Amino acid sequence: MFYYEKKLQYPVRVSTCNPMLAKFLIEQYGGADGELAAALRYMNQRYTIPDKVIGLLNDIAMEEFSHLEMIATMIYKLTKDATPEQMVAAGIGDHYVNHDKALFYHNAAGVPWTASYIQAKGDPIADLYEDIAAEEKARATYQWLIDISDDPDINDGLRFLREREVVHSMRFREAVEILKDEQNQKKFF
Amino acid sequence: MAKQMPPEYYQCLEEIQALDFVLVELNLYLDTHNHDFDAIQQFNETAKLSMQLKVEFEKKFHPLMNFGRSYSNYPWNIDDSPWPWQV
Repeated sequence: MFYYEKKLQYPVRVSTCNPMLAKFLIEQYGGADGELAAALRYMNQRYTIPDKVIGLLNDIAMEEFSHLEMIATMIYKLTKDATPEQMVAAGIGDHYVNHDKALFYHNAAGVPWTASYIQAKGDPIADLYEDIAAEEKARATYQWLIDISDDPDINDGLRFLREREVVHSMRFREAVEILKDEQNQKKFF
Repeated sequence: MAKQMPPEYYQCLEEIQALDFVLVELNLYLDTHNHDFDAIQQFNETAKLSMQLKVEFEKKFHPLMNFGRSYSNYPWNIDDSPWPWQV
């Protein structure tokens, strides 16, 4: 079962109200390579992955939910004091008329999240290679976000998240090696 | 609306976040390096420190966890603000 802990994994601070930055950040909330996709992908793949790497998938899935909460906090804080006029000027008038200030699982272009962003192949190597690719794509997205953001507080949080993608990718690569080693140890008669 | 918390709240919370980050990082590392004795020792020591800090935090501010992993005061305060996105 799951327990909630009333704290973020890493502090999220925002310098100024900036709905345009929120528009871009939502890519990592409901986008193809975002945190929701990551969390749900690993959470679902864990049932059929070999025992040796279930723990890793389970733990990274948990961390991804913590990152989803951090991204949501950034978006919430960047928009909570914005006027409807500022939302329109920032290019999220279309979001505003449908959701007011509520968050929604869509990408920066407004396309709603879909399960077709993720896969569970039941083949451990196929699944882990997808996971490595997902981490690298998320890392790249964080880099592009840092490149266009001029909010030093947000950038601090984004840099933390970018580094976590690097670590997850590394752990998944090690998981592949663990499975390969195990396969090579199998005895044939 | 978010409650205004004393400066000590933010400081104490950040100390917990720092320790718990060590635990997340060591946990993932140990998932693929399960024979690293020193890392396991560091994990267990940090887990103890984190639990101690959380007991202190919860005495001063509010419960951190739901479903019985933290104690409630009277009246019920498991649902107390501020929530993480309000901090």
